[in-house]
Order: sequence, then C-alpha cells, then structure tokens
Amino acid sequence: MIEIKDLHKSYKMGSNSLHVLKGINFKVEEGELVAIMGSSGSGKSTLLNILGMLDSADSGEYNLDGVPIKNLSETKAAQYRNKFLGFIFQSFNLINYKSAAENVALPLYYQKVPRKERQEKAMKYLERVGLKPWADHLPSELSGGQKQRVAIARAMAAEPKVLLADEPTGALDSKTSYEVMDLIQKINDEGNTILVVTHEEDIAHMCKRIVHLKDGVIVEDKKVEQVRAEQYV
Amino acid sequence: MFNKDRWREIIEVLTTNVWRTIFTAFGVCWGIFILIVLLAAGKGLENGIKQDFGNIATNTMFMWTRATTKGYEGLPKGRRFEFKIGDVEALRDNVPNLRFISPRNQLGGFGGNNNVVRGIRTGAYNVYGDYPEIINQDPMAVTSGRFLNYNDIREKRKVAIIGQGVKNDLYDKDEEALGTYIKIQGVNFMVIGTYKKNNSGGGEEGQKEIFVPFTSFSQAFNRGEDVGWMAITANDGSSISQLKDKIVDVMKQRHKVHPEDTRAVGYFDLYEQYNRVESLFGALKAVAYIVGIMVLLSGIIGVSNIMLIVVKERTKEIGIRRALGEQPWSIKKQILMESIFLTLISGMVGIILGSLVIFGINSLLDSIGPVDMFMSPSVSVGVVTGALTILMVSGLLAGFIPAQSAIRVRPIEALRTE
Repeated sequence: MIEIKDLHKSYKMGSNSLHVLKGINFKVEEGELVAIMGSSGSGKSTLLNILGMLDSADSGEYNLDGVPIKNLSETKAAQYRNKFLGFIFQSFNLINYKSAAENVALPLYYQKVPRKERQEKAMKYLERVGLKPWADHLPSELSGGQKQRVAIARAMAAEPKVLLADEPTGALDSKTSYEVMDLIQKINDEGNTILVVTHEEDIAHMCKRIVHLKDGVIVEDKKVEQVRAEQYV
Repeated sequence: MFNKDRWREIIEVLTTNVWRTIFTAFGVCWGIFILIVLLAAGKGLENGIKQDFGNIATNTMFMWTRATTKGYEGLPKGRRFEFKIGDVEALRDNVPNLRFISPRNQLGGFGGNNNVVRGIRTGAYNVYGDYPEIINQDPMAVTSGRFLNYNDIREKRKVAIIGQGVKNDLYDKDEEALGTYIKIQGVNFMVIGTYKKNNSGGGEEGQKEIFVPFTSFSQAFNRGEDVGWMAITANDGSSISQLKDKIVDVMKQRHKVHPEDTRAVGYFDLYEQYNRVESLFGALKAVAYIVGIMVLLSGIIGVSNIMLIVVKERTKEIGIRRALGEQPWSIKKQILMESIFLTLISGMVGIILGSLVIFGINSLLDSIGPVDMFMSPSVSVGVVTGALTILMVSGLLAGFIPAQSAIRVRPIEALRTE
C-alpha cells in the first residue's frame, strides 16, 4: 500500500541545514496498523507529513497504492489527499463553527458528493463512532474524546486508502485514549490501513507493528502482539 | 458555484464578528453614498440651469444690426442700417443647412409704456411681428384657437395670439378671448389664439407677449421692408456655431459693411452658451465621480484589510481544509466571494441611503416650491448600474490580495499555527 525508498528531507534553518530524514526505507501492506515511535526530533512527524503529502521529500521515492507521489502541484496534492488519505490530528482540528455532522461531511463536499448523500454518509460514520445523537453539536459542545471521534469519522468519511493519525491520543487522558485506540483497532479490524504516530509505549503496543525512528533513521521495525484496548475501557 | 454551503459559510464568517463587519461595511457604504449624492446634486443643478433654457431650440443664434465702425465703399462709419426682408432669401440661398430663419420685429420691451388697450384696460407688452416658424424656435403651447399661418402672412391679416398673462390682464376670469379685438398702438387686432409657455426661466415675462403676422406688423407700424432681428436655427446635424461666420459675412456683403467690421452685425450664439453649460456639467460630473471613487477607495482598502485579518484568523482552518483535500482555487474563490459579497451588500445599503436622501430632498423641494438653479436631483439607472459594477470590481480587487495570501500558506504551516 505504502512504499518508500531512501527518503531524505532537510530543513533550512537560516544558514544551517537540518537533516531530518536520512534515508528511510519502509513498506506498509494493506490492513496493517503501524505505530511510528520516536522521541521528539526523531523525524516521525516529518515522515507523516510527507506520507500525508503535506510536505514533499527532497529525494527518494514514495508510492501510494501504486501511484508515484512526486512533484505534485497543490491542486493535485489536494485531490490525492482527499481521495487517498484521512487525517487524525492531536489537536482534533475540527472546524469550530461547523456542527459535528458538517465536519464529517467536509471531505465529501470537496469530492462534490451531492448534499443529501453527504449528510447520509456523515450520519453513518457518526453512528459508527457512536456520536449520532451529537450530530448537531458544535465542537465546543463536545468533550476531547468525542472531538477525536468526530475527527476519526471525518477521516473515514471519504473512504480513504490510508488513515494517518498524528498523536491521536496526545491530548486525551488515558481512559479516553484507550477508547479512541479501541475505535482505531476496530476500524483496522475491518481491513483499513492505519499509521499512528505516537511516543507512548502503551499506545504503540496496541498496534500490530512498531517502527522506531531515531535521528532520522529507522532503528527498529518489529511486529508485536497486539494489546486490545477493549480490556481497559 | 453558488451553492448553499458556500453561502452559509460566507454568512457564518461575516457574522462571527458582527461589529467589525458593520464598521468595515460602513466605509464602502459611505463611499457609494457620497458618490450617489454628489452625482444627484450635480444633476439637480444641471436640471435647474437647463430649465432656464426651456424648450428653446438650442442650435439657434440671434442676430441684429448695430452702427458700423468702419467706413466702406464710400459710406461713412457710424452708419445705421437695418436688415431687410430680402435678407432671409439671401441667407437661404447662400448658407446651407439652415432649418429656420425667422425675421422678427418688435414693439415694446422691458419697462416699456402701455401699448395695448382693450376697453378700459391697458397694458405694456412685447408685441412681435413673426412668421409661423417661430413656434418651433420659441416653443409655446397654444391653449385655445390657433397660431399664425401663412394665410395670415399673405393676406396681412390683423390677427394676434396673446399670452396667458395678457389674457389675465385684459380679460375677466371666464371671458372668451377668441374673436375679440385688442388695440395695439391704436391698431385693432383680432385675437385668434392664446398660448402658454412652460419655460419657467422666462417667468412672468414669457406669458405677456403678443404675436402678430410679420407682414401685418410691418404694414400697421410702418416698418416697410425692415427686419428688427433674426432668429436662425441650423439643421440638427450641423452646429450654428460653425455657420454663424458665413451668415454674418452674407449680411455684411449685402449691407455694404466693411468685411473686418466686427461690431456692425451683433449676434448671440445660444448653442455656444449651451455647450459651455454642458461642458461645465460634464466637469462637475467628473469631479463627483473622482471624489466619490476616492472616498469609496478608502472603504475598499478597509475591506481588503479586514479580509486579510480574516484570512490570518482562519489560517489554521484553511490548513485543515486543505489537508482534507480542498482545492486551492476553491479557497481563493471563497475569500473573493466573501469580499465581493461584503462590498456589494454595503454598497447597496449606500445606494439605498443615497436614494432616500435624494427622495427626501425632492419631496422637500416639492413642498417649498421651485428653487433657483436647482431642480429634481436624481440619478439614472445607468449610474446605479455603474456604481454596482464599480462595487463588484472593487470587491474583487479588495479580496484579491487576501485570497492570494490565503493559498500561499502551505497547509503544513497552517496546521502548525495554534
């Protein structure tokens, strides 16, 4: 599903250049649930941004479901993001003047899905994350866990090939963190490919595979026995 | 493009900070208000001044004789001469494109003695000897009877058309004037018509005139072949200002006036005066546009400013939208539409307020009666459409820079902003 080869990325900081990713090789198959771990500055967010087409690599190859991702115009990148990827952010990033249902329907709007169908789909995904009764609530009327669940519903609404989660539990207490992870696991059980960036061991162990990043290179890549989040809920 | 979601979003964005939106809108509103009111005031002034020209054919000149100032062909300087009735034919033959040539003779004048008697009533009026064409050059509405015709001219009938003012002076309120006689300097004329001029510039004076056939006038008051002065109107396609030199030359030639004598033939070019007034109003209109648009400009800069702030505030939101796959041009369009919408709405409020003020002034003018040099200020539909176009374009311009800056931020940076 995802295939990257010898990925390099450096940032210019004034006269210095900061080499963040120093040749990453890595492959994700369909249906995997991968945790990307590393301390801050290890390059894990940069990697996720490149995977998410929010940022471009300096050199290296990136294939997403067989499509080479290279030298994309903004318009093309927006199209691919919409079609291939679903984002889940640490700070939820819901649009605060839109109701939960409208937030979920947003990616569909960019796909020019007709209004009625959009609303039906939004309700379907809200139901899946258990928030149907909150469909008309604004983000400010929801708790942190609920917001993240709306964000997950939004990421899934466009039925993307890959879900990218950037510290999805970073702003939540452990109980809600487990609830969110439980949801992510269930989505994965249905066959969706998910990448989770985290620095929490317990969250990482709820995935099926852990990739350790350190100073811009992969130091460890192992399959783990998945810990089900259900038991903590 | 104009779907419900986009509109909802525009409304949502503009209503999140209502007071800020209102203050911004005020700038544009005020600009367009000033523009509309200035243009209307200019139009009012124009209407007022043009009213003074009345319906007079403006492509007209008046011509009369004065004493010569140069000797010529053995004739002394300081010689007086008169136009003759034959001059009319000569002008027709020598100068093309003349529509009407009306020779005129006149009795009485401003502050003259009483010259008209009816029974025991008397009055001082301007009495003109005229050809029937004069009604085209100095329009009047015949309210009863008829105007002069060529039978009157040929048969030298002693008939007269009197103004409403004359009738009011010489007749009782409900008395029938037609068929009665009035005595003009001792000669009886039968009244065959009454007229009314709607030229308010002429005022009272315009209603106190008497028109009689040119030929009867000459005979009755012993003018012979003489012509007091002439009113000459050119064809619509040509301007009297260009023809007047030729006309004056023909007159000089016929009356043995030195070709370089500029004093002997006097004239007044109504068209030139009219044009001067026209160009004055053209300039006035230009000033109104410039001032209005300048004021509008500061309003537009205000809109642009606010849109920049809105974009700044929504940087993160724009980042989210782009991460979710919104196209850059869609974001640009959104910002542009917000800007145009804000500009148009506030502009329309300005236009409505301006119209209300104009309406108020008009009804005030109506209630206190006519005012000198000012009449029914108004703006045409064309001006309003023009103003709306200006608004549309300026909204676009105001939104352009903010929209550009909205899509210049890369989504990853936008998402990082807290």
